[in-house]
Amino acid sequence: MLEFILAAVRAAIPAGTPLLYGTLGEVYAERSGVLNLGVEGMMIMGAVSGFAVAQTTGSAGLGILAAAVVGGLLALIHAFASITLRVNQVVSGLALTMLGLGISGMIGKRFVGQPLTARLQPIYIPGLSDLPILGDLLFKFDIMVYLSILLVPVLWFVLYKTRIGVTLRSVGENPSAADALGVNVTFVRYSAVAFGGMMAGIGGSYLSISYAPAWIEGMTAGAGWIVVALTIFAIWDPPRALLGACLFGGVRVLQFRLQPLGISPNLLNMLPFLLTILVLWLSSGQAAKRRIGAPAALMTAYSREER
Amino acid sequence: MKLPRIRFEKRLSSPRWLPAASLLVGLALAMLTIAIIFAALGVNPLVAFQRIFRGGFGSAYGLQETITKTIPLLLAGVGLTLAFKGRMYNIGAEGQLLVGAIFATGVSRLFPDWPAFLLLPAMFLGGFVGGALWAAIPAVLKTRFRVDEVLTSLMLVYVANEAVKFLVYGPWRGSDTRGFPITDEFPAAAHIPTLLGTRIHYPTLIIAILLAILIYLLLTRTKLGYEIRVTGENPDASRYAGMDYQKIALLVMIISGGLAGLAGMGEVAGIHFRLRPPEAISPGYGFTAIIVAWLARLNPLAAILTAFLLGGLLVGGDAIQIALNLPAATVQIFNGVILLFVIASELFNQYKLRLEV
Repeated sequence: MLEFILAAVRAAIPAGTPLLYGTLGEVYAERSGVLNLGVEGMMIMGAVSGFAVAQTTGSAGLGILAAAVVGGLLALIHAFASITLRVNQVVSGLALTMLGLGISGMIGKRFVGQPLTARLQPIYIPGLSDLPILGDLLFKFDIMVYLSILLVPVLWFVLYKTRIGVTLRSVGENPSAADALGVNVTFVRYSAVAFGGMMAGIGGSYLSISYAPAWIEGMTAGAGWIVVALTIFAIWDPPRALLGACLFGGVRVLQFRLQPLGISPNLLNMLPFLLTILVLWLSSGQAAKRRIGAPAALMTAYSREER
Repeated sequence: MKLPRIRFEKRLSSPRWLPAASLLVGLALAMLTIAIIFAALGVNPLVAFQRIFRGGFGSAYGLQETITKTIPLLLAGVGLTLAFKGRMYNIGAEGQLLVGAIFATGVSRLFPDWPAFLLLPAMFLGGFVGGALWAAIPAVLKTRFRVDEVLTSLMLVYVANEAVKFLVYGPWRGSDTRGFPITDEFPAAAHIPTLLGTRIHYPTLIIAILLAILIYLLLTRTKLGYEIRVTGENPDASRYAGMDYQKIALLVMIISGGLAGLAGMGEVAGIHFRLRPPEAISPGYGFTAIIVAWLARLNPLAAILTAFLLGGLLVGGDAIQIALNLPAATVQIFNGVILLFVIASELFNQYKLRLEV
């Protein structure tokens, strides 16, 4: 039994990692007041470009970097549409997802079926990795896993304890007040959305460079949408994003673990999506009770003339 | 840091030709963008566009196939014009279509001995109910618990996908299918008739066109339609005016889900005559229907034209997949770029844009 639980936890952490990257990025984007439903598209583009670059250059690091750049560039399309042109954020994000799915299919075609040669190696931490049980459980992952977990306190700190964070939150809560204080609302929002895109791209590249590691068309398989839901579940708070990512990583593992018991894999595949709906439902009740919720200016474009 | 700013000036009046002109310019720019993307990915855009056009519209066979694909796009698309008008972002039409297909299949299995004049209407009804129920879930979650319908309706697409797979791999797998994950063929009475020698199941097409007209009349000529439009444009104002937001939101979702369900019924009973894995039933009709609705500027009558155009694009997309060896996802590039430019072009109807550096 212990063996079973340990193996499950060990598998859950990497399964949750791409979700954690994506959610942390989307938390920042939405804190600035911009909802980006293009996460699925940015993640899949991150996955394909990360794989393509890692495979061609032989460097996983360059692959991840490329994924971040591509994710950020895609996010800028959404930023331009929703911040500058002020089009409907839901539709623009959706369009971005479609675009990402389409382009990734075309780019990735020649990489289908290739095993990745440039792998990320698990990091050996002297002392910790040798611990009985715990060493195997927590200290034998590759750098991207540790980096994602490290980002949680860092992004929490930036959001609540620094000037950048105050500015970001003020733009998402009350853009006209921020503007009156001399904050460049447009610039802050562009930056936050681009950051969100970079994180989504990195999350996607984790799938193709570390988790799989291979390129499979449509391999994000809804992870980007779960990220958007997790952002709500996290109440726009980095530490709770970690909680959500662990939860969904756990469910993914549960799927594989329950299969030998004779439960239809198709029914098990529904689990993460049903759980997402449940989680959204519960968070809506919670938010109403505690009077906390979305950034006040989420999904509203800002224009000085119309304030 | 000084960025160039785009300033918006609200138009006080706009010329009549403006909406059509901005849409056309938007589409032209979308095509140009797609061409650039194709060229960047090493596909000659002129060859690709020509193949798509020839594939979808350039031959009798192509046109037949285009009309065949127009049917589900129109049904689902018309439903979405209504939902979007009422500001319910139902993006789960794909799932509602699949559940409609499941329900229609279920009806054909329950009453295999019924004659066609009873069985087909019952299956259409089943398809409608299935899609409507699937759309009612996000609608109720939205109206009662304020859960965002975008995410829930989309999550249910994945659930519906797995439900279809579960059925065709499991309890509903046929006995004469040589191991393929499909149901047995429907009884002959459960086949929607087709135009001779084509796959055009014309009763569904007629239903789709009638529904487009009906929904248009509902939106423009009835009190309910007026309430839907006001609710969509300004939910607060509608509440002050005493309109029942919950009722309207639920209603538009149920109708849009029901129409998507009819589309699913049309596919299984008009084309495949059995339930098959989801990717065989629909290459994403429910998602393309979103473009159908926006491209029609949420006008159900205009959706007849836009469904036909996007139907041709799907057929042409199949053609370039084979001819140029491209993946199935290629068509999504068209979907995404067209959608972006269509919504961006709408701005020019309301605003004049000035660039300030």
